[in-house]
Amino acid sequence: MSTTQYLLGVHHGDEISWPEGVTVDQVMADVDAFNVKLREQGRWVFAGGLQPASSATVIDATGAEPVVTDGPYVESKEYLGGFWVIEADDLDEAMRWGTEASAACHGPVEVRPFQSE
Amino acid sequence: MSAGEALARVVREEHGRIVGALVRRYGDVDLAEDAVAEALEVAWQKWPVDGVPPNPGAWLTTTAHRRALDRLRRESTRTGREREATAMLDTPAEPLGVVDDDRLRLFFMCCHPSLALEARVALTLRLVAGLSVAEIAAGFLTEERAMAQRITRAKRKIRDARIPFRVPEREDLPARLAGVLAALYLAFNEGYLSVGDESGSRPDLADEAIRLTRQLVAMLPAEPEAQGLLALMLLTRARDGARVVDGRLVPLDEQDRARWDPVRLAEGRLLVRALLAIGHPGPYQVQAAISAAHTDEEVPWAEVVALYDLLLTLAPSPVVRLNRALALAHTQGPEAALELVDDLDLASYHPWHVARAHLLHLLGRDAESRAALEAALALDPTPLERAHLERLRATGGTGPPS
Repeated sequence: MSTTQYLLGVHHGDEISWPEGVTVDQVMADVDAFNVKLREQGRWVFAGGLQPASSATVIDATGAEPVVTDGPYVESKEYLGGFWVIEADDLDEAMRWGTEASAACHGPVEVRPFQSE
Repeated sequence: MSAGEALARVVREEHGRIVGALVRRYGDVDLAEDAVAEALEVAWQKWPVDGVPPNPGAWLTTTAHRRALDRLRRESTRTGREREATAMLDTPAEPLGVVDDDRLRLFFMCCHPSLALEARVALTLRLVAGLSVAEIAAGFLTEERAMAQRITRAKRKIRDARIPFRVPEREDLPARLAGVLAALYLAFNEGYLSVGDESGSRPDLADEAIRLTRQLVAMLPAEPEAQGLLALMLLTRARDGARVVDGRLVPLDEQDRARWDPVRLAEGRLLVRALLAIGHPGPYQVQAAISAAHTDEEVPWAEVVALYDLLLTLAPSPVVRLNRALALAHTQGPEAALELVDDLDLASYHPWHVARAHLLHLLGRDAESRAALEAALALDPTPLERAHLERLRATGGTGPPS
């Protein structure tokens, strides 16, 4: 059975707020363990954390001259802060990984499929 | 049986199974839905002329498969899939009426937790029950176009996000089944609440929901919650004839029991007794038991309160607390009940005001009771309930909430 790639996206504000009693070290350790499991099961494609949305730059080259704007594309309270790209057989499997990802990063996770070729 | 009746019957009994079989073979919900619709169209034209085939379900399945293949051939970009599908069609078809798995898979696909509850209901009624989009829209008093969009969006998500066509694994089954049952109960309530609704010919979603739940129970005989929901629906439905008489809402304790449907009542009560013996209570089973207790010759109120207590441990909610308080009025008096009701944060829920009006009336606090009735009317009761509340206001009485 062919697999599909899914984005597991983590959204948060400039200040990440974790549930009470959860430390940065705890989150790092949990995410590391989750990453190891993803790799061991051959489901890892890519993952990364992003710098704050204030570091973003928008370029629009649809006109004659590219227009450069400081800041994120859409103003919002919360931005994509990090993500995984995984392989999964179907949404059920992707949601199982999403559940573990959410537990590991101590925040909600958005599961979204990539377009297939 | 006329061709039209035969067709209506085969749609009721086989639609989900046939769509399911096509989804399994072609992995494409749209294709399956359209192929079955075309097969029904052919049957509609042919059966009255040629006669009803000896096995209508098998006839429809074969015709739908042919239509699906025709369509795949026409769409040249799908040549690879056509070959695959043709190869599969060469393998002998499974006999109908034995394997129910495709319909069960379809239930779980339509009611996947990643779909909104309203989308699940609409998809299940369309694909499993075989209702038309127009019928579903009428059932929910929604614009047909809006309903069509809801269904299309859900089908697109099934395809794009790869919602699987599969019965969940053992460990996920209870949670996933709860999602299916919630969708069926929503369809049921939509139909139930429209009883006595003069606004037009709404199709009977309550009966559709009962039929679908029956199918589910037959496929998952070891799941007591599915049976609990079936019992709850039957017991609720059994009282319809007495609940609305001449377009008027009649409270439970004033209902003429001769108008209750004895067949549904007996089946519902029997199911409840069997479920009590199994001893794995869940929210639907307990609600069914509460409903069954209300049909006893003398309502055992202490038992009803105990059942509400159990329900609160399984599925706590302020509405359950409200109903528990009303039952408790019978065992501990209206004052104790009113105290519990006043503690609930339900001021935007009109039955809360109706309950207060009732209890205040019992306590002889008539001015406050009238004020509570006015508050209920100011919210948004259904036309039937509004008429009932207006009658209470006019007579100065307050029958208990139905």
